[in-house]
Amino acid sequence: MVNGVAAEQAARVAGAVVDPELPLVTLAELGILRDVRVRADGGVDVAITPTYSGCPAMVAIRDDVVAALGRAGFGLVDVRTVLSPAWTTDWITPAGKAKLAAAGIAPPGTAPKRGAGPVPLVLGRRRDDVACPRCGHAGTEQIAAFSATACRELRRCPACREPFEHVKEI
Amino acid sequence: MSFDDAYGALTDHDDDARWAYGTGFADPLAGVPTAIPDGVDRADLAAYCLMLGDDALIMSHRLQQWVTRAPELEDELAVANIGLDLLGQARLLLTRAGEAEGSGRDEDTLAYLRDPHEFRNVLLAERSDDDFAHLVARLLVFATWRLALLDRLAASGDPVLAAIGAKGVKEVTYHREYAAQWVVRLGDGTPVSHERVQAAVDAVYPLVGELFETHEVERRLAGRGIAVEPASLRAEFDAVMAEVVAAATLRLRAATAVEPGRGRDGMHTAALGEILGEMQELARAIPDGAW
Repeated sequence: MVNGVAAEQAARVAGAVVDPELPLVTLAELGILRDVRVRADGGVDVAITPTYSGCPAMVAIRDDVVAALGRAGFGLVDVRTVLSPAWTTDWITPAGKAKLAAAGIAPPGTAPKRGAGPVPLVLGRRRDDVACPRCGHAGTEQIAAFSATACRELRRCPACREPFEHVKEI
Repeated sequence: MSFDDAYGALTDHDDDARWAYGTGFADPLAGVPTAIPDGVDRADLAAYCLMLGDDALIMSHRLQQWVTRAPELEDELAVANIGLDLLGQARLLLTRAGEAEGSGRDEDTLAYLRDPHEFRNVLLAERSDDDFAHLVARLLVFATWRLALLDRLAASGDPVLAAIGAKGVKEVTYHREYAAQWVVRLGDGTPVSHERVQAAVDAVYPLVGELFETHEVERRLAGRGIAVEPASLRAEFDAVMAEVVAAATLRLRAATAVEPGRGRDGMHTAALGEILGEMQELARAIPDGAW
């Protein structure tokens, strides 16, 4: 294989691995696949980053990437963890956000930008403008700040009365 | 190891799977550069990572004890998620501590095979909670302090600590928010909830002084741009607490520490022994057990 073609193929294969906790989106769409390089010896170096420090899926993701690249003919796969820069929901691609919404999970908006000084304290509700992924109603309310995983919160829609999850902006 | 078959994954002993994290959790810093910055004392860096790692580990365990006991299912989810975030931070910090000391001790050895006097967490982390008001008051103090600390740690000269700090800020921002909103809801709630959360704040405040005492390890590492001097966090902490307490219609009574905390030197209350008894029981009974 010409190296450029191999690199493209490796990136495509690794990027197409699905997230174990949100299997409707791929690692590339979630923005947790940071780098894929084919080495001179034909092996592949892959860099992934955790969404949260305690993400229990990192080992499964690592194994799935090695297995997928192995099935595509890449033998020597080295998966590294990178912690910096820290993952942000801004790295979820437009296609990833569209898939989340189609599955009834409201995608994140733009992550809040930090100014200078201490992290601002939010005592009121963070957002009232998360649109309902089912009926599109604009004003929904938070039920709980955490959900099945740390990256999601529980909300409900006053129009269609359905509860839903929203990926929090970080 | 394949996760296509859950039973296969559970019984797969081909790798270094250990029972503690279920099926084969590997080094959480795998692939993160392990170099120690020039001129940094390895023993000091190890001690500092243990301090911040033990704070997270022990607080996480206390939070886990609330799962199945919280007032609502939503709060169990919140408490479990906050505990998981802190456990993740603890894993990274304990792994870094093991690397820095160069003794070959990994995160599991450090978490499961040390005695109480070898733990370096502040006493606030190990305190048990009498009720849910105590939990949210203690979590507010802990998260407010730790958020200020991690935010400054993001500028550390140790790239691993800087990365842990920057990542942790995003997580602890939500922890502080959760605790603050509960303190406001209870404080500005019914006479009973107000009284109980006021009692909780009063009970936890004598433990605040220790959070801002600078240990000699912290002073030496801060001088090299590696660590954060806790004393420098006090103004930010006080400002946030004043804002929350005002919104909650509560009062901060003058904090009079009965005796200064010495958790950073390994002097703990009986509460830590109780936590470790529970947390370490299986690991000590079946060393290196795998399942």
